[in-house]
Amino acid sequence: MLALKRLARQIGGLGIVLAIASLVIFLLIEAAPGDPASIILGTSASPDTVAALRTDLGLDRPLLLRYLSWIGGVFTGDLGNSYTYDTPVSALIANRLAVTAPLTLIATLLSIVISLPLGVWAANRPNGPVDTLASLFSQVGIAVPNFWIGLLLILGVALGLGWLTPGGFPGWDAGFWPALEALILPSIALAVPQSAVLTRVTRAAVIEVTNEDFIRTARAKGMSRTRALWRHAVPNALLPVVTMLGLQIPFLISGAVLVENVFTLPGIGTLAYQALSQRDLIVVQNVVLMFTLIVMVVNVIVDALYAVLDPRLRGRT
Amino acid sequence: MKKLPFSLIAGGLITGALLVAALLSRVWTPVDPTAMNILNRLKAPGEAGLLGADQIGRDVLSIIMAGAWTSLGIAVTATLLGGAIGTLVGVSAAAKGGAFERGTMAINGVLFSFPPILSAILLGALMGPGALTSITAIGVFMIPVFARVTRGAALQIWSRDFVQAARMAGKGPALITLQHVIPNISAQIIVQLAIQTGLGILSEAGLSFLGLGVAPPTPSWGRMLADAQTFLSAAPHLVLAPGLAIAAAVLGLNLLGDGLRDLTDPRRRQAS
Repeated sequence: MLALKRLARQIGGLGIVLAIASLVIFLLIEAAPGDPASIILGTSASPDTVAALRTDLGLDRPLLLRYLSWIGGVFTGDLGNSYTYDTPVSALIANRLAVTAPLTLIATLLSIVISLPLGVWAANRPNGPVDTLASLFSQVGIAVPNFWIGLLLILGVALGLGWLTPGGFPGWDAGFWPALEALILPSIALAVPQSAVLTRVTRAAVIEVTNEDFIRTARAKGMSRTRALWRHAVPNALLPVVTMLGLQIPFLISGAVLVENVFTLPGIGTLAYQALSQRDLIVVQNVVLMFTLIVMVVNVIVDALYAVLDPRLRGRT
Repeated sequence: MKKLPFSLIAGGLITGALLVAALLSRVWTPVDPTAMNILNRLKAPGEAGLLGADQIGRDVLSIIMAGAWTSLGIAVTATLLGGAIGTLVGVSAAAKGGAFERGTMAINGVLFSFPPILSAILLGALMGPGALTSITAIGVFMIPVFARVTRGAALQIWSRDFVQAARMAGKGPALITLQHVIPNISAQIIVQLAIQTGLGILSEAGLSFLGLGVAPPTPSWGRMLADAQTFLSAAPHLVLAPGLAIAAAVLGLNLLGDGLRDLTDPRRRQAS
């Protein structure tokens, strides 16, 4: 019950925070120069046509009404039409998500697969050779820009060795493997900084748990070092790791915008960026809202995961 | 004498070198960083200057040096602004508590869901790309980071006996914050300033890579990489120098932050 109440309160809080965020986005875009009707019709259109289109788009309605109708549209999936593509924004976003969602998911999985074993291994023998290697990796990995890693991968792997594709995306219609192949190098570029952060957190968390009494008890009862590590230390160290995964979401999204740009992938990041340069502000507005929504929802999920991962928190509000 | 942490020495040296390059570029660079010499176009390191020349024959080393000034300038300004506002928010939240604390932390949550690239895309729509857009986008994201760190640290100080004593003596929350809380959390603030400046450099590079940062001809590492991408197979050397410069700068500031943390808080030495 308490857990449900906690969740309900969090969703309520999320609603308020999202309302503020959407209002900020709306007002910033409103204040931006450029009248959508003139952008659609071009500079040669007569004032009358522009005025007619403004009425058509509902741009002559009061500010508050337009905000509310946008938010209403967010719930019904009607986000309006793109000014430049003349297709529904929701269809554009869905189309591009088919690239960005797998890209970020693969990168996240990859970073977990790299950093969990590396962090645990490093924590198992602090100051040993693996630990030194792990520290070096996490320091350098955090500092290296992911778009530069992307460029180096194109240079070394795609152009140098001739493996995988240097950029572009054939679409999922071209088959699962060709599409996946196009996402491998971008995912690696995106995963390196993520795994650097996660390795560091995993190592620190495991070391901290290893010093706790219950590990000593387990060892005193005759449990082997390795078994105590995997059976007791690692599950208890997962909490800070999951927290960090949640905190990394904004960086993952920023990274995706950059990496999509490097590999010319038709994802959400490229969409937002192109829309900005074409002053297709309705697309910018909705994409930014969607990203904010993702960041916030993931944070609520991470919070809910705490209760699952840490039984001590289950009864608390 | 106490032995200085390795990270402090290494970080200090790298950051020092970055600072020297940035300051030196204001008075001297091997060649004028904006001077084009088309005969040197895409020449390899050694053939034209120490690091070669770019697609319009500008000296790469000179642009890297001048780019250090741009990068540091934007990152430091953004961090100081975000740090000042964030610290103010954090310490006041800790001092006031109650609805004020919950409210500010909720707004923090909103700000934290706007990573620099998203804010820069929004701000870019509003006022176009440029240094101001970069500084605002990066600075806004630093507010919640500093607010979170300083609030946590300040809450710890508030629970200490000497703060209780100060309250008994009749000091108000503002005075206690100024006289007791801020001096006691200043080490944490300085550590964050170093680390966040590093992240600021990383963000600035990303923004100028996308064309949302400073406008040409102002030299910038991010745009050097964007330009280099076009000539990836013809002149691979152009990709190396700016990327290494960014990585070294961020690494240096991170090490400096870690070193300062070890120096001021020896308990954390093993854990992180």
